[in-house]
Amino acid sequence: MTAASLETELIGLPLSSPVINGSGTFDAIAAGRVFGERALSSENFPFSAYVSKTITEQPRAGNPPFRTWEAPAGMINSIGLPNPGLAHFVEDHLPVLRQLPVPLIVSVMAEDRDGFSRLVEGVTAAGGVSAFELNVSCPNVHSGLIVGESGKEVEGLLDRLGSFTDLPLIIKLTPNVARPEEIAEAAEAGGAAAVSLVNTLKAAALDPASDRPWLGAGSGGLSGPAIRPIAIQQVRSVSAAVSIPVIGMGGITDGESALDFIRAGASAVAVGTENFRDPLAGTMVRTELARALERRGIETIGELRGAAST
Amino acid sequence: MLPDRPEPPLGRRLLSVVEARDEGAFRLLTLLDDEGPEPLPGQFYMVTRAPDWGGGLGRPYLPRALSFAGTTGMANGVSIEFLLDEVGPGTRELSRLSPEDECWVAGPFGRPFSRAGELTEGAAGAVLVGGGIGIAPLAPLRRDLIARGVPTRVLLGFREPAAAGGVDRLFGCEEVRVAYEAGSDSPARVTDLLSVVLAGDDAGRSAVYSCGPPGMLEAVRRMCADRGVTAELALESPMACGYGACFGCAVPRRDGGYLRLCIDGPVVRGDEIESAEAGEAGS
Repeated sequence: MTAASLETELIGLPLSSPVINGSGTFDAIAAGRVFGERALSSENFPFSAYVSKTITEQPRAGNPPFRTWEAPAGMINSIGLPNPGLAHFVEDHLPVLRQLPVPLIVSVMAEDRDGFSRLVEGVTAAGGVSAFELNVSCPNVHSGLIVGESGKEVEGLLDRLGSFTDLPLIIKLTPNVARPEEIAEAAEAGGAAAVSLVNTLKAAALDPASDRPWLGAGSGGLSGPAIRPIAIQQVRSVSAAVSIPVIGMGGITDGESALDFIRAGASAVAVGTENFRDPLAGTMVRTELARALERRGIETIGELRGAAST
Repeated sequence: MLPDRPEPPLGRRLLSVVEARDEGAFRLLTLLDDEGPEPLPGQFYMVTRAPDWGGGLGRPYLPRALSFAGTTGMANGVSIEFLLDEVGPGTRELSRLSPEDECWVAGPFGRPFSRAGELTEGAAGAVLVGGGIGIAPLAPLRRDLIARGVPTRVLLGFREPAAAGGVDRLFGCEEVRVAYEAGSDSPARVTDLLSVVLAGDDAGRSAVYSCGPPGMLEAVRRMCADRGVTAELALESPMACGYGACFGCAVPRRDGGYLRLCIDGPVVRGDEIESAEAGEAGS
């Protein structure tokens, strides 16, 4: 039997496999420091594209502890987007990240459209970046609306950013809305190259020893296999609603669960929380995905994409 | 690569349990590592029961960060000892392992203890202060210090004799003073022992190393700071990944912002942090 090919294309980028990482779940720079530079070689790097941790204009220290809570088959986090800010990112991190053996997608977040504009303009000018993922799980300070919860906000943001970068823009969809497909439709109408989903589900845990919440920020987001069935359904409905590519994620732990997202309509999949349990989770998912295709006698993932969408 | 520590194997690996036994109130788990380097005192591993855990209620889910309590060079690798206190679903699963079982292990990770001379210029000796399960990382540190000819005093504390374990096995009987807060003729805290030691003439030339519950660590940190004695503390925090990916193990820095305990620690100098009570998590 012919070996299954995992090669694919996403928003114009040729990828060696559909397996990338979720933003904020793998710090390539830290991995290089901890495991050595070999961790970032083309032979060892676990993903076919790398999505950075979210960058903001100004540096952010992140939320006070505690930042994580182990949940049944998952975890809640409220990390608070610690990052060095645009200037330091461009100066110190980008030179390392653009040396990675895979395309680089930079995740950005701002409080308003002007902030997003300055971020994408600054990073685009620095060069070496293949696309942006817009983290829209934050309020627009002017409208007070969480951008990702409002189709109008998403479309307006994309409309504005078009004049500041030629790079493809991916909207990271929040699952904390009644109809994520409506936000996806607005993203498509606004010119997004793709949508990625799901971000974490809003969640909280209580301190066993007091009546306060456990997390320093009060609440956080749930990830891991616990949310996978919700993510699968959202990927199905979003895939059915838009014709731009969908990057699916939410509790992927192995080849079969990655294939579930592809059957639900995803063009690529992202491994997130599983990276915390296994630093080479991306490699494992990719290897198992190839085996899962071979077991089905299928040569390319395109043959299965959307097989189980709505 | 971080210069002060050995390079761990890439990813995680399956290691066999070679010994599992009770040590007083604790469980001693020994794994045979046929792939990794010899760890440095203060470092830790991320450990999961294999083939995978995730019990009936879905926990444990994340690996557990465990400081090693000792190593022995073997013909086919390094045997690594861990001291376990059953405080939650993860440590419960690990406490139930027996020889032939396997664990997923990543590491060794983290910043190790400094050499005595690096911590305190012209160090005349070292004082190790441990509490409860926190005695574990001090055991290999003591062996290392003694091998380097550093005079080393060991002060250990437990709630009560019934809550103690592993002292003889990990430290030997000599040169170790143990305080019990209750259940003995002369109840005392380990910090009471430390204050006597720090009252000595050569205290300023001591390097203090400590690991234990946050309240004890914070008391050690303050006592040392008040007396101008340098101290290194091995801290604990909820930790999802162990290699800098999740940014979950944040501990406030004294000069603002946070350190990532998994790569900037778990060993920190007392003057690097605001307080040692920022985090404790049963797991």
